[in-house]
Amino acid sequence: MDLISDQGLRVDGRRAGELRRIRCKLGVYDQPDGSAYLEQGHTKVLAAVYGPHQIRGSRTKALQDSVVINCQYSMATFSTGERKKRPRGDRRSTEMTMLLKQAVSAVIKAELYPRSQIDVFLEVLQADGGNYCACVNAATLALIDAGIPLREYVVACTASLANGKVPLVDISHLEETMGGPNLTVAALPLSGQIAVMEMSQRFHIDHLEEVTQLALQGCRDIYKILDKAVKEHLLETGDFFPQLESN
Amino acid sequence: MASVLLNDAEKTFILHGVEVDLRCDGRRRGDYRPMELETDVVSTASGSARLRLANTDILVGVKTEIDVPYPENPEEGKLEFFVDCSANATPAFEGRGGEDLANEISSRLSRAYQSLPLAPLCIVPKQACWKLYVDILILECGGNFYDAISLAVKAALFNTRVPQVTGSFLDGGSVDLEVSDDPFQCWRLDITKAPVLVTLSKIGDNCVVDPTAEEETCSVASIVVAVLDSGSLTAVIKIGEGSVHEQTLIETIKTAQKIGVELNSSLMTALNQEESLGPKRQRFGFLK
Repeated sequence: MDLISDQGLRVDGRRAGELRRIRCKLGVYDQPDGSAYLEQGHTKVLAAVYGPHQIRGSRTKALQDSVVINCQYSMATFSTGERKKRPRGDRRSTEMTMLLKQAVSAVIKAELYPRSQIDVFLEVLQADGGNYCACVNAATLALIDAGIPLREYVVACTASLANGKVPLVDISHLEETMGGPNLTVAALPLSGQIAVMEMSQRFHIDHLEEVTQLALQGCRDIYKILDKAVKEHLLETGDFFPQLESN
Repeated sequence: MASVLLNDAEKTFILHGVEVDLRCDGRRRGDYRPMELETDVVSTASGSARLRLANTDILVGVKTEIDVPYPENPEEGKLEFFVDCSANATPAFEGRGGEDLANEISSRLSRAYQSLPLAPLCIVPKQACWKLYVDILILECGGNFYDAISLAVKAALFNTRVPQVTGSFLDGGSVDLEVSDDPFQCWRLDITKAPVLVTLSKIGDNCVVDPTAEEETCSVASIVVAVLDSGSLTAVIKIGEGSVHEQTLIETIKTAQKIGVELNSSLMTALNQEESLGPKRQRFGFLK
């Protein structure tokens, strides 16, 4: 089976540059300071943000000039096709945690909260490819819901290369397993900066530019969706005044 | 559990409220908070349910796997409970922080679920059986874990579809199993023997059902009773540091039994109602 058919359709019926459906909600829970739920196709994640608060545990971790950002990536044991033995603590989760921390650290205005801590917790409820992307996007929404000052949104998207020439955006689990390289980019879409970039397989350097371009385009598309969701949420909660925005 | 800080005045307020049968949120001693239940929310699991009891949020996924029966019960399947306390619920659960609570809940659940007959899960005696992994994810804590978890587990088991298996005996007595790929070729569990747990917290001289996290901190002890449809009890557990008088205990168990039967029947009504909407019903998940 090909990743992309002669008619230009992918296995799930999308075209090469189309994202999966994104649905999200801010403020799902009351107890965390900020929370968000995000669905990207069949990938479903929940994010919760606690803080800024006093450093928990040993005080020696505290930084004098910036905030300590603490992340945890965890997957529900029933989230994958085959049952996972442990929700967290395995190598992949630890790596994800690290990459998440890298992405959110790029946008949080850390200098505003010295000697404090911000916790960002992510829980994958259902995994269908692009877990990291969904997590970063949900984390951004949860940070906004928590009211933590950000430089701008951090948005992540994957891209791949089908049949050695056609770049694809927002890779599903099926496409991941069918082969093809996988490029994950977490970017600041307005300034066009890249915060995290990871590649799963090799492909020719000639293709790198267009695949990266497509991933960044995906980030910009996702940004528009997230931004709309944030504005709608704020209109609903009454914290947003469109007339101020237009000035 | 979630750390709730209450001062003496607040505790007294709750205590006095319970005394006059009017709790802080306007409920009486025997009232539950509103619940929301939805089944079939996770497509990667064979059965799933999400239950929201005011601020307590539980997601349960049931996974099926073929395994070898225990030598002591060669004609029975296996049932395993796994509880994961998500850090989303409280930062105290980060890393291995929730493990103690998780183990406590899962061991008590498996004890209460001993009433569920596991013989239907056997495929070939001594050789193959279904193992059901009941994975419970705690997403937010607002008190009364046991009731919420047991309801969500029962709903998820109701929703579970176990695939049909065809097998043929090969030489040497080994079997070759073939699991059906067709999602409609499946059977469902009989959950009439699945209990629900009812927690009664003793606050002052009275017991309340469905305690909030604040009420749990005021309570000296709680009694958790596992009740079947028929009113039979499968487990009685006392939790908390305080002690309860024998007479109180017996009265509490009787109350819990009555409530448990009602809870079971309203759960089944809700599940059947959802079922009657058919496969095309609108799904809300976490977006509502």
